[in-house]
Amino acid sequence: MGDSRELLLEIKNLQKSYGDRKVLEGIDLRVRKGEVIVILGPSGCGKSTFLRCLNGLESVQGGEIQYLGRNLAEDQVDWREIRQHIGMVFQNYDLFPHMTVIDNILLGPLKVQKRDKTEALQQAEQLLDRVGLLDRKDAYPRQLSGGQKQRIAIVRALCMNPDIILFDEVTASLDPEMVREVLDVIQELANQGMTMIIVTHEMGFAKSVGDFIVFMDQGKICEIRAAAQFFTRPETERAQHFLDIFQYEKL
Amino acid sequence: MQNLGIEVLFEGSNMERLLGGLLVTIEISFISIVLGTILGLFMGLLRTIELKFLRFILRLYLELFRIIPILVWLYVVYFGFTPLFDIHISGEVTSILVFSLWGAAEIGDIVRGALESMPKHQMESAKALGLSSGQIYRYILIPQAVRRMLPGSINLATRMVKTTSLVVLIGVIEVVKIGQQIIELGVIKAPSASFWVYGFIFILYFLVCYPLSIISRRFERRWQN
Amino acid sequence: MNFDWEFIVESLPLYGDAMWLTVKLAFWGTLFSLVLGLLFSVVLHYKLPVISGVIVAYVELSRNTPLLVQLFFLYYGLPKIGIHMSEVACAIVGLTFLGGSYMTEAFRSGIEAVSKSQVESGLSIGLSKVQLARYVILPQAYAISIPSLGANAIFLLKETSIVGAIALMDLMNVAKDLIGMHYKTAESLTLLVVSYLILILPLSIVLSWVERKVRYAEFGD
Repeated sequence: MGDSRELLLEIKNLQKSYGDRKVLEGIDLRVRKGEVIVILGPSGCGKSTFLRCLNGLESVQGGEIQYLGRNLAEDQVDWREIRQHIGMVFQNYDLFPHMTVIDNILLGPLKVQKRDKTEALQQAEQLLDRVGLLDRKDAYPRQLSGGQKQRIAIVRALCMNPDIILFDEVTASLDPEMVREVLDVIQELANQGMTMIIVTHEMGFAKSVGDFIVFMDQGKICEIRAAAQFFTRPETERAQHFLDIFQYEKL
Repeated sequence: MQNLGIEVLFEGSNMERLLGGLLVTIEISFISIVLGTILGLFMGLLRTIELKFLRFILRLYLELFRIIPILVWLYVVYFGFTPLFDIHISGEVTSILVFSLWGAAEIGDIVRGALESMPKHQMESAKALGLSSGQIYRYILIPQAVRRMLPGSINLATRMVKTTSLVVLIGVIEVVKIGQQIIELGVIKAPSASFWVYGFIFILYFLVCYPLSIISRRFERRWQN
Repeated sequence: MNFDWEFIVESLPLYGDAMWLTVKLAFWGTLFSLVLGLLFSVVLHYKLPVISGVIVAYVELSRNTPLLVQLFFLYYGLPKIGIHMSEVACAIVGLTFLGGSYMTEAFRSGIEAVSKSQVESGLSIGLSKVQLARYVILPQAYAISIPSLGANAIFLLKETSIVGAIALMDLMNVAKDLIGMHYKTAESLTLLVVSYLILILPLSIVLSWVERKVRYAEFGD
């Protein structure tokens, strides 16, 4: 990754365990501004846990997460502040069911960032328009389809103007016909230069959206390669095996 | 030593009398729970029968106990029976009658809930294993039903013990009544007796009900999944 | 059975007054119980040291003792150590002592029912603990608690039938007095049952309607 772009996030030797069970064993990763990194790997390989560590939802037991000159793996981190810059979108959307779409989106900008209401509203509406859901801004989450909810969740994260967005299997609970509409939104963000780390099982999408593929297995990174190369000639046998299985499932 | 008043609990046979009174309360609860459970099992079975009229009647029966306070039922039976049917019944009999009928309604509801929530495929997969219907009841249905029913039933028992405190209001000589007698006798010698006596009865009830609550909660937690 | 209708009509005002007393006691008891429950459930949820322990002890004491004994202790016992209260105050304090624990439990299970992923989702946009409670957890928790709050309110209303034991002229005592003075047992008891039906049946119907609505629907209907 010999790139001149600004280094946003640098993870060094990250360790995570639940009791005696090691979940992450020495993860090293650098994320530069504008990069889209896709993490692949079999279930239980630790990819979601890794993502959650970057948002302070899981504690870590060792290593470093360097972000803007701060080590987020240390104890004294103001995660409230960090989370405004590192956004996250979850598998189950997790919109707040008691708030309308627009209130869901504005909660962070108004209450956390204390932004001006008209300005935040304007941005929210602009973003909603971009994902084609401006007309649903006064709807409640339950009135939306899964795909719509997930697009709203992405807008909710975007409206905080984060430096990085983490996507944790955001299409995994969607019906197949709704996967496309969500992936299109993420693809568009990639085209605009948004920095993203994406955990997914959608191989075609990974190939088209990712700059780099990070392949994880059993709590370790096995290989990091440019997306195009990874899918044609992966370096490790494990990655090859993983891709073979996916080929099968496609058939 | 200054007279604190707490001595009143230990004077003469006061302690034994109070505990004896508590026993009356517990007896009434116990008999009612046993009778209520027997009746309630039948009632629960009846409530699973698909007969609109029967369902309505049994539901009404349950709701009457849920809507009208138990004390009202105690009054209705205690004061109403004599003039209406020309038989006099004691406070004790009234209590056992009302509490048993109440217990039957509630246990019936618990039994119905347990029976209706039993998944059909449990029965089918047991059959598929070749179990006889006796074995199905013995190993599959009854253990599951008991698990579903036990926490609620113990809860009901706790509520019933607490509610039996009301029987003093229809003249049953139980722990509160005996407490009153002790207070009245000692009114000159121990003017603060009512503080200690009622405080003591409060603790007695707690000592009976709290273990029941704990057991019920344990079962609930263990069998939640 | 021959009902003495004239007697019934003449007794109506007495029952009316007693019903009004019941409504007043239940209203204040429920209101104060709600306040206690709101405060205590939040304290328990955040596991504040010491106070949490005290509240747990209170909840257990309150739930595992009968209201009648609680009232007797308040009404006859406390004056002996210098705490005097009127009958009405006693009844309201007693109902609150009882109801507070039930409301605490109702709110607490509501708070616990808000899913972990909702909390994480709130955290991920940078909400503080207080903001998380205020905008995400509590509004949902209270909505979830509504049916059990309603059930508790009805429970307290029924429990007011006991306040006659501390010399308040409630429905039970009115009925008892009329039986004692006029031997109109059937009429007095019928009026008693009808009075409670009038008080509780509508609430109970509303509650089961709310329960059904909450079970099958969410925000946005």
